[in-house]
Parts: sequence; structure tokens; C-alpha cells
Amino acid sequence: MRRTDIGRSSVILAVFIAVFVIYWLRLFQLQILDERYTLDARSNAIRHKVQYPGRGLVLDRNGEILVYNEAVYDLMVIPGQVDVAGMDWNLLAGLLEIDSLGARERYQKARSYSRYVPSVFEKQISKEVYGRLQEYMYRFSGFYVQSRSLRRYPQPIAAHVLGDVGEVSQSELEADAYYKSGDYIGKSGLEKYYEEVLRGQKGVKVVMVDVLNREKGSYKEGLYDSLARPGENLYTTLDAGLQAYAEELMKGKRGSVVAIEPATGEVLALVSAPVYDPNLLVGRVRSRNYGNLIADPQKPLFNRALMAYYPPGSIFKLPQALIGLQEKVITPYTGFECDKHLIGCHDHPDAKSVAEGVRMSCNPYFYQVFKRIIQRGTTPDIFEDSRAGMAEWNAYMRSFGFGNRLGIDLLDEKSGYIPDTAFYDRFYGRKRWAFSTIYSLSIGQGEVGLVPLQMANLAAIMANRGYYVTPHLVKGIGEQHRVPEVDTSRHYVGIDRKYFAPVVQGMYEAVHKPRGTARRAEIDSIVVCGKTGTSENPHGEDHAVFIGFAPMDQPRIAVSVFLENSGFGGTWAAPLGSLLIEKYLTGKVERTWLEKQVKDFTIFTYDAEGNITGPPAH
Amino acid sequence: MLSALESLLKIFLHANLNRSVQVTMGTIKSVLKNMDKPLVLVYLLLVAAGWFNIYSVVYDPETAAGFSLATRYGKQLIFIGLSLVLASLVMMADLRVFTQFAYLYYGLCILLLLAVLVVGTEISGAKSWIKLGSLSIQPSEFAKVATCLAFAKYVSQPSINMKKPRQQILAALWCLFPMLLILLQPDAGSALVFLAFIFPLYREGMSGWVLVTGLVAVFLFVAALLVNRYVLMGGIALVVLFLIWRNKRTFRNIAMGIALFATCSLYTLGVEYAFEHLSPHQQTRINVLLGKEQDIRGAGYNVNQSKIAIGSGGFWGKGYLQGTQTKFNFVPEQSTDFIFCTIGEEWGWVGCTVFLGAYLFLLSRLVVLAERQKSPYARVYAYGVAGIFFMHLFVNVGMTIGLLPVIGIPLPFFSYGGSSLWAFTLLLFIFIKMDARQRFV
Repeated sequence: MRRTDIGRSSVILAVFIAVFVIYWLRLFQLQILDERYTLDARSNAIRHKVQYPGRGLVLDRNGEILVYNEAVYDLMVIPGQVDVAGMDWNLLAGLLEIDSLGARERYQKARSYSRYVPSVFEKQISKEVYGRLQEYMYRFSGFYVQSRSLRRYPQPIAAHVLGDVGEVSQSELEADAYYKSGDYIGKSGLEKYYEEVLRGQKGVKVVMVDVLNREKGSYKEGLYDSLARPGENLYTTLDAGLQAYAEELMKGKRGSVVAIEPATGEVLALVSAPVYDPNLLVGRVRSRNYGNLIADPQKPLFNRALMAYYPPGSIFKLPQALIGLQEKVITPYTGFECDKHLIGCHDHPDAKSVAEGVRMSCNPYFYQVFKRIIQRGTTPDIFEDSRAGMAEWNAYMRSFGFGNRLGIDLLDEKSGYIPDTAFYDRFYGRKRWAFSTIYSLSIGQGEVGLVPLQMANLAAIMANRGYYVTPHLVKGIGEQHRVPEVDTSRHYVGIDRKYFAPVVQGMYEAVHKPRGTARRAEIDSIVVCGKTGTSENPHGEDHAVFIGFAPMDQPRIAVSVFLENSGFGGTWAAPLGSLLIEKYLTGKVERTWLEKQVKDFTIFTYDAEGNITGPPAH
Repeated sequence: MLSALESLLKIFLHANLNRSVQVTMGTIKSVLKNMDKPLVLVYLLLVAAGWFNIYSVVYDPETAAGFSLATRYGKQLIFIGLSLVLASLVMMADLRVFTQFAYLYYGLCILLLLAVLVVGTEISGAKSWIKLGSLSIQPSEFAKVATCLAFAKYVSQPSINMKKPRQQILAALWCLFPMLLILLQPDAGSALVFLAFIFPLYREGMSGWVLVTGLVAVFLFVAALLVNRYVLMGGIALVVLFLIWRNKRTFRNIAMGIALFATCSLYTLGVEYAFEHLSPHQQTRINVLLGKEQDIRGAGYNVNQSKIAIGSGGFWGKGYLQGTQTKFNFVPEQSTDFIFCTIGEEWGWVGCTVFLGAYLFLLSRLVVLAERQKSPYARVYAYGVAGIFFMHLFVNVGMTIGLLPVIGIPLPFFSYGGSSLWAFTLLLFIFIKMDARQRFV
């Protein structure tokens, strides 16, 4: 080996050594000399504090607040930072009003979850407790307080519409990376549908904390902070006064009330009875109350207005008449004998026109109308003929929004059911059914099911004489009152406007003329149009139905009232509907005697022990 | 190509499979006797420490209940197992499998590097991975091994006189070509590693001035980005004037001084120009490192978190699994490029000293053994290996302690990943085999 070679290998080694020594010294500087970093180590100086934005408020159509936020505090713990030896568990437990053994257990639980990730130690501390706790925080290293907010409802109304907020579930955590364990998310109602609008955007604040657990201010002057963006307010279409009044009238009853502004599709009130106080599902009492509500045999959590399928009963005669007129199988002046051999009816003179048929709600009359719609004589084969008529009838009914989800801005809406040829082919077999098999559809019984929202929408179609706007609950979002992405176009149902006149006339007569079935809905100062129905219930007392709108010209409100197990529709459903109309249009109720009667009618009450007397929901 | 493959197979089969078991046992014995135990030992220590380190990064009390192969430390254990198999295969194989076909491997790697530009999968901005089902391979890792073999083969030809600059340039082209292809991915870190061949080049006769020039180039590179160009050029002028003043003020020296000034100035302007055309995320990373931009969230955060983690380790460190700063992805790429943070945080300055000591031992052992080789091939190869290890350490550790820009490059035996672990194992054990064979002969 030559001398120069040794020299060269030494140079290379020298370069290696030089770099290593420089790095070694630099590490010495970082790890030992530089106080900044070693101090960080002792105190775990940096804490990422999540900034939870306030959730958006929910207001009614007049600006009245339906939902607001109340500040509460969560006590968080980072187990790895707790000074176990110097920790005074008794003091902490005393401040939180829990027992000290339980406090230790919580700490152990949090520690077994993770030593570094903050866990919630005590949820939703009240302002008072927070105030006391604050003085002693310096003695609890590893603990800190995170402010959160809870939903509050100034009036205990509209629980089904507003929905509730709860901690994210495992599946929700997996579905959206935005959420972290312990975050809140809309669980139902508008809270769920408008979750992304209401929640805002979380922020993070990086703060320095000293050994005594005191915040030393923003890290690097907020360089790594991101601001929380507050949630946006929701301006709903609800009328808080009407909603509250409807809920009051529905006390002790089961069923549903839906009120819509016909021209716009704005939902004024939406009630599913029995109702519950939305404040029950908030905060620490939430899980206990939730369990109680689920166990309640009246099923208060079930949103009947959107989810319950009921046979519509006689209100179904309205679309039947309209389809008959449009298909020209009857004229406005077609009369039919009230032949009780065909189908049962109450005693009344024969109906000599469509209006009279509607007024007196004559069953044989609509038996004949439906027969003419289904059997046209297009082919000699009676089965094929019925099948063709059925297909056409089904298309009409679907354009009324039956059998489809209307698309309201709530997630639990159901579609209802309108039978079609495929259904009967499957059920009876092809060519095994004809008009005589399905005639009970003519009066809204049998294989047809509507949800109360669709019934109110039918009232709106009658009020608009031919179209509806998709019912919706929100008309503005945020400060600019941004219009949400809802369909506000007119959906025409395929019936000419002129055919509505005789049918609406019938609805007018039902309320205001002798032998009308909805006479109890009459209001002196307002021209009301209505139609009652009795939905046959094989399990017990029949259900009562009423739909109506007012005033007759330029209607401002369309309602549907559905009362389970309440008998004939004219008895309680019609007056209840008219009280809502009176309340909304005049702002007060003058027929206090009627109001008292309606309120006094109940199908169940709770006795002193909280047990239900009266039939449970089927 | 085909015939080459055929003879490759022949040699390999001859070397291993066709021999009797007795001979194989003999081979194993002689291999065990002759391999350099200190090198193997330090290799095993580093790999083991690397695994424990990855375990610590991934370790989370929540999931610590059971050992799972699906986690990173589980997978790394499989990678380590495979690399031990690889090392054994290398030790048993006939050395000619590697030396004879060095150019073939080199060619294959070049093809792979070209292929990755076309069919590669893009991960964090660079097309450097080829996906084969669930397995991802990084060709640039294996290109290091192949280039080292081919470069050594070329340089060690008796007909080549490495004292001649022309030959030096030709030799340098062997590493510049793959480097260029890797730059196109663009993977600046892996490309940088190929500068490692400056060490064998220097050892084999390249002028020391090149080394000095290289150092000056690095210095000017950083300075060009840091300092205003006029100030920098003024500085260069002062140095040149000083040099002229110290030497004889002949016309020739003055002319050379002016030429030097012009070259340096053009170089700095060139660096500035190139920087303007870098991809934005690399610009940001460099700017933050140099302290030119303070309010950069992502990149500044990286280095800052890394420094906090290392700095918080103090003298003794926080203890194994006790790190707080290196969990939860506070430092991105924690188990790959920023793995050194965990060493710094959990083992402190003492641990870092042991770490640096172990690597310095590995490097100096390679240099010492290189000088003992009778075959120039093995010597050049050994310097290549040492250079590659050095470059990785230099860039990676320099980055985590905030002395160099953030350039993604693995820390040998410590960073998570199969490709790099296998490549480093291959690199090292081919040399151990060369060394063992020489002792045996």
C-alpha cells in the first residue's frame, strides 16, 4: 500500500469523523444546553386545545328562538401528565361532587384507554362547579377544562322536527374523519339533516402550559392555531305559536298534525303525538330519558307525521273524484244512487253531483267513480281491462306524491304505499284480479297507506288547485338567509285546474252546508274547505282523519289531522283542524267551548304512578 | 441478455444446490469463520435497535394488548426476517453471482428506474414506487446496490488509470446516470445519495481539489439561498482578493482569481435560478430550514416538532416507550424519515452518542477493511458502501436536528420499510462476503 493511499483513506475517515462530531455537538446543544427544549420536556409544554364552535341556532318563521346553546364544561385528563404521587383525589372528587374512589377509577379507565390522548374525566360540569374548580386547577396537573355547549329549548316543542344531538357513535366516527371520539353530532331531525351547516368548523389552539398546569399563552404567537368557525343559524318555516297550540290540542291523543303554507310548501307545524320535551334528551340526563322514551308503550319517539302508514279513508275520495273528472269518466253533474248493496254507507239522500258526493262522503258514489276509472271497456277481457285502468290510476296517484317520499328536509320520511298492477299480480296472480277485488281502494281502505305529511300535502294540492311545492322546514341558512338546496318548484299533479272547482265546492259544502260531514270545522269568520275520513282499524277503534284548507280563495294554510282510535273523522279531527286554522289566521281562538271539548277528549291519560290508562299504541 | 441469465443461474446452482450437503456444511463453517464478526455484530445490533425503535413509535397503550403482524412493527419484523434470509443467501452464494453480472444488474435497475417514471405509483409527490399487488418496491433503493457493484467493476479494471481526469469523469457517469433518473421522479433525497461515490473516486486517485470544490459547492449552495446575491458575490470577491494578496501577484494568478470569482458567482446565480424552478413544497422546505420564512405551517412544524422531540430527550432520555412528542403523528413521517427523533427523545444524548458511535464504528470498520482488500474491486466497492451509508446518515440526521433541509431519505436499518432495509443488507453483506472470501483464499 502506498503512502498516499493511506493519506487518502485518512482524509475520508476524517470527513466522516468531522461530520459525526459536528452532529454530536449539535445534539449536545439541543438536548442539554438549549433550555427551550429541555423545559418543554419537563412540562409537556404544548397542548393542542380543540376549539369547539358554537352550534348554529334554530329559529322559527318569526325569528323566535327554538334552539340555543348553553355553555358547559368538560373536565379533561391526560393520564400521562397526572402527578400520581401528589394528586389529591379527595379534593377533586369533593369539588366535582363525586366519590373519591370513583374518581380514581375514572383515572384508571382513562389511563388504560391512552396515556397521551386526553379523555373526558367529567362531562358537562355546571358553571357553579366550574367556578369552584377553577381555583384549585393548579393542584391537578394533567387536568384541564374544555368548554362545550349544550342544546337548550326555551319552549318544549317540536322535538320530532328539531331532533337531538348526541355523542358520535363508532360508525359515525368511521364514516367521517372530521369527528373525534366525544364530539357531538346531530342524531335526528333538522340537527341531523343540517348537521354540516349547524356544526361549523372545529379549530385548534396550540398553547404552552407550565409545570403547574397553567396556560402560558399561545404557542409561537398562534402560528399553528386555526380558528373555529361557528355554526350557521337555521331559519325554519315553523310557526312556534301554531306548533305549541297544536301540541297542546294533541295532548292525551295519538296521531299527527301537519300544517303547510300551500303556495310555498313551507311547513308551519308538524306534530307527532304523544310529544316529548326536547330538553329531556340533553346533557347528562339524556341516556336515562332516552331509555324511558324508548320503553314508553305510546312510542313517543316514533315520528308518526312522517313514518306512520295509515289508510287515508274518505279523504282519498278527493283524488278519486279528480281522476274521474280528468279521465272524463264522470262530469261534475254525474249522480249515483247510494246503493248500500255495493258498499256500506250512512243514511243520506242520493248525491246528484260530484260536490254532493264529496259533501256527504257517499261510499257507493265513489265505488262507481272508481269502477269507471278502472274498467273502461277497452278490451273484452275484464281482467286485462282492470289491469290497464289500474296502471293509469297508479300513475295519477303517484303524481299526487303518494307512494313516493316527498323529499322534506328530514331524513326519516317514509314513502307511503299505493298498490300497482305488479303488486296485485304477485298477490292474486296475473288475470286473477279485477275491479271487484280491489274496490275498497275507492274509499281509501285496503292496500293503501299514506303518511300524515302526504295527507297535508293533498290538502295543499286542493288549496293550490293542481300543484304542490315540496314541503320543507328550512327557508334560510346563516346570516345571509341563504336558501337551502330544497326543491321549491311547483309539482303539477296532472289534473286540469277546472276540475278542482266542483271538488273544492264539495269540500266547502262539507264544512258549511247541511249534511256536510265536517260541519264541526265551521268558523263564522273564515271560509273553510275540508274533508273528513275514517280510517278503518282492524285492531281497535277506527282512526279519525281530517284535511282542510282556508280561506277558500287564496288559501294560507292547509292542514291534516290524524287521530288514532278516535272514531269518525267529523267528531274530533275536523274541529281540531279548524281550531288550528282559526288560530293561525286570526291569531286567537274565539270558539273556546269547542277548544275545551277537543282538549277534554283524550284516548289515554297517565295515572298518579305514571302508568297509562287507555289503549296502548298498536 | 438471455445467455447471461442462463450462466447466472448455472453459477448459482453450481455454487449452492449441486454440491453435496457436506460441502455446503463446509461452506457454512468457513463462512462463519471468515466473515468479519464486528461488522456482522454491529449490523445485528443496529437492526434490532431499529425494530425496537419502530415498535416504540407505533406503540399505543390502546392496542398494545396483542402483537399483530398488521402493524408497522409487525411488518418490519417480517422485513427483518427476510433480510436475514437474504444475508445468509449472500454469504452462501458464489461471489461471482454479484461481480460477474454487475453490469446486468445495473442495466436492470436502469430499466426499472425508467419504468417507474411511466408506471410508478405517486406517493407524496414523487413517482418512486412500483406496486406489485400488495407489495411496493422502490427501485432507487436497489439501484444503489447495482450502481455500487457496476461502478466498482468498472473502476477496478486494470486497463483503467484512475489518475486521468477523463477516466474519472467516465467513472462518475456510472453514478450520475441513475442519479439523473431518480431526480426526475423527483426524489431529491435518493438522488443525493449517489454523491457518495465521490469517496471511492477520491480514494482511487481523483484530485483532492474536487473534494474541496465539492465542499465549497455545498457551502455556496446553502449560502446562495440564504444570503442576498450581491452580498454573497461581494464575499466571494473578498475571498478571491485575499487569495491573490496572499499569493504572488502575477498576471496568471490574477486571471485565475477573476475566473474563480466568475465561476462562483455564476454558480450561485444558477442555484438561485434552479431554486425558483423547484417544486413548491421543496422550496418551502428549504426556505424554512434556512429560516427565510417563519410562518410556514407544514414544513416549519416538521422541523420544529422534530427538534422539540430530540431536545426534550435531555441527557438520559425519557426512557423506552416513554416518548410523548413522537407519538400521534405530531412529527409526520415519524416511523420513516423522522425516526431519529424517537432515538433522541427516548434515549437522550447518551443514546444518540451510542447511535453515532455505532455508525462511526461501522464506517471506519468499512474503511479499514477496504484498505486490507487485495482486490481493487472489493476496495472500491467497500468505499462505495461506506459512502452510501455516510450520505444517508449525513442527510437524515442533519435534517432532524435542523442542520440540513428536509429531504426525505431513510435512516439505514432504522426507518420503516422493506426496500431500504433489504438494499442496505444486500449492500453490506456483499462486502462481508468479499472480505470473507479473501480471508479464505
